Amino acid sequence: MKDVKWFVVVLVLALLSTGGMAVAGTLDEVRARGVLTVGVNPGVAGFSMPDEKGVWKGLDIDTAKAIAAAVFGDASKVKYVALTAVQRLPALQSKEIDALCRNTTVTLTRETVNGLNFVHPNYYDGQGFLISKKKGVKTAKGLKGATVCTLPGTTTEMNAADYFRKNGMPWKPVVIESNAELNKAFFAGRCDVLTSDASQLAAIRSVAPNPDDYIILPEIISKEPLAPVVRHGDDQWYDIVNWTVMALIEAEELGITSANVDEMLKSTDPQVQRFLGVNPGFGKALGLDEKWAYNIIKQVGNYGEIFDRNVGPKTPLKLDRGLNNLWTKGGLMYALPFR
Amino acid sequence: MKQAVQAEELRPPVTSIGVIGWIKNNLFNGTPNSVLTLVTLFFLWKTVPPLFRWAFLDSAWHTTGQACREAAGACWSIISMNYRFILFGFYPYEEHWRPFLAMMILVGLLFYSRDRNHWKKTLAYAWIIGLFAMGLLMKGGLFGLPSVESTQWGGLPLTLLLAIFGLTAAYPLGVILALGRRSKMRGIKVLCILYIELIRGVPLISLLFMSSIIFPLFLPEGVTFNKILRAQVAIILFTAAYIAEVVRGGLQGMARGQYEAAESIGLNYYLTMRLIILPQALKIVIPPTVSILISAFKDTSLVVIIALFDLLKTTQSVLSNPEWMGFSREAYVFVAILYFLGCFSMSNYSRKLERELSRGD
Repeated sequence: MKDVKWFVVVLVLALLSTGGMAVAGTLDEVRARGVLTVGVNPGVAGFSMPDEKGVWKGLDIDTAKAIAAAVFGDASKVKYVALTAVQRLPALQSKEIDALCRNTTVTLTRETVNGLNFVHPNYYDGQGFLISKKKGVKTAKGLKGATVCTLPGTTTEMNAADYFRKNGMPWKPVVIESNAELNKAFFAGRCDVLTSDASQLAAIRSVAPNPDDYIILPEIISKEPLAPVVRHGDDQWYDIVNWTVMALIEAEELGITSANVDEMLKSTDPQVQRFLGVNPGFGKALGLDEKWAYNIIKQVGNYGEIFDRNVGPKTPLKLDRGLNNLWTKGGLMYALPFR
Repeated sequence: MKQAVQAEELRPPVTSIGVIGWIKNNLFNGTPNSVLTLVTLFFLWKTVPPLFRWAFLDSAWHTTGQACREAAGACWSIISMNYRFILFGFYPYEEHWRPFLAMMILVGLLFYSRDRNHWKKTLAYAWIIGLFAMGLLMKGGLFGLPSVESTQWGGLPLTLLLAIFGLTAAYPLGVILALGRRSKMRGIKVLCILYIELIRGVPLISLLFMSSIIFPLFLPEGVTFNKILRAQVAIILFTAAYIAEVVRGGLQGMARGQYEAAESIGLNYYLTMRLIILPQALKIVIPPTVSILISAFKDTSLVVIIALFDLLKTTQSVLSNPEWMGFSREAYVFVAILYFLGCFSMSNYSRKLERELSRGD
């Protein structure tokens, strides 16, 4: 009995000591370092991609910049770490990076088993089909017996298999190893239809010999909410990253853009005053400067601006807002109340 | 006085000298060769003009991606518009002269070291100064050069860095391992065998994964090692194991008499190896060693899978840009030329070295 007692005492002491060690939060570490390290995708057009001068551009990159603007008041204080799909979660777990903005789908196992927290999605993607207009198919239900080009061993392939089985349609997968070869095979007519994430389909369509000959079918057969990720166990840091994404959406709801944010400082709307820190409170609550939201919008822009700049109709991707529109306009982007 | 009658000089028939003679003797001497020549000519006639047309006549050299899509031929614009990113990756754009100068110093030093007459103490000093200068240029932080973190290094300098440091560090390590494996001391022998067999038993990719994904999880939280350094160590460890086995082959090829002769004049182990055995053994294994070095040079491109932006990765990154998507042929031809230059000069040099070293035989 005595041994058991001692064992319990030692265990409690051990737990207390480890609890005491984990004091320095991510925010303090980032501030001490003077730069935010963010894991990004090595190359997905519109989301995370170096330009010809080696400067990172994209929707995920702008999200990372927004976090830096909130923390430092300077959107340029970001160090980007390019990570492959297998590297991304271990890099976060081993504290190599402070946050991950790398088109990562929110799933149950990733949140629980991998010990991660996903914040509000910054892009709602989903798997779709790209097809030539000449085939005369208007909906995915008309794809009976179609040959389908897809990458091997991805969730994309499994989702497609599920979809065709569920609808009782025979199909013939054409599995091709690399993205470039896949596109070539599709444009050369080796398969009737190509399946991938809708944002990718838009990029593929944009490089077609004649983009207007192809359409993306309206059906989306899987949910791919892409969100920035942080580690379990640092709630303050989670709040900062989460409310940074919220702030991007809230600014669009309030009609604040990078162009009019200085005028908006004089607004009499109490919501705007609180949001921009004219009436202080939110900054202190998050452990940030009161001008955090002002800095984000001034330096990076609101969600609508980020979307249009990187993937919107004026870019090669030509994506519609769709699910990524504000909730008031039929989309899913819904900022929780700033109160 | 009798005039010396000079016999008229008969020239050989036109068909056996000059161009015609050469053609007759080399290309059309017999039916099978004539057929082969005709088939080859037909094949060349079918392939070379279209290739030439594609590469030079119909090609676009310095245009936008959109203009390239309208051109019938090759789109070299993907190189000319993006070459700085392909070559230097994320290195700050305004500072590109620094990695360029560093590479020039490296190439200059390598070229100067080709000649064995230059292998003196001054060369060693030149290398030390050169390496220091290269490090300073790449890293910065002194003499008013802005500091550039190694995470921003990429492209050709990264490939060369991984290859050259990988090879120069792996070679001596490999020789030591080979000697250890042949050692009479049991402990050392077992350790060397274990090392060599374990490393040779796994592919390089798994070592790279180990170093970039599993290794950081063992470290205390917050302690991170430089990604490039981790990949570099993996490449060195891997290449050394292969070099060790090749060198062991050379050591086993030495006749017993060599060892006995060394013993009979009273040389100790170190001197025997240094003066008698290794110079001969390493010479024998030059060809297989160079094969390993060349394949190790090409293997550095595997760091793509741990998202280091070496030459191949920067190229692929350009290819995933919608503006340049689909011009993979042109981009890969460019990269292939760069790799070929590296590999060819290595094998060229090894042949030169072999010739020089075998002069004494």
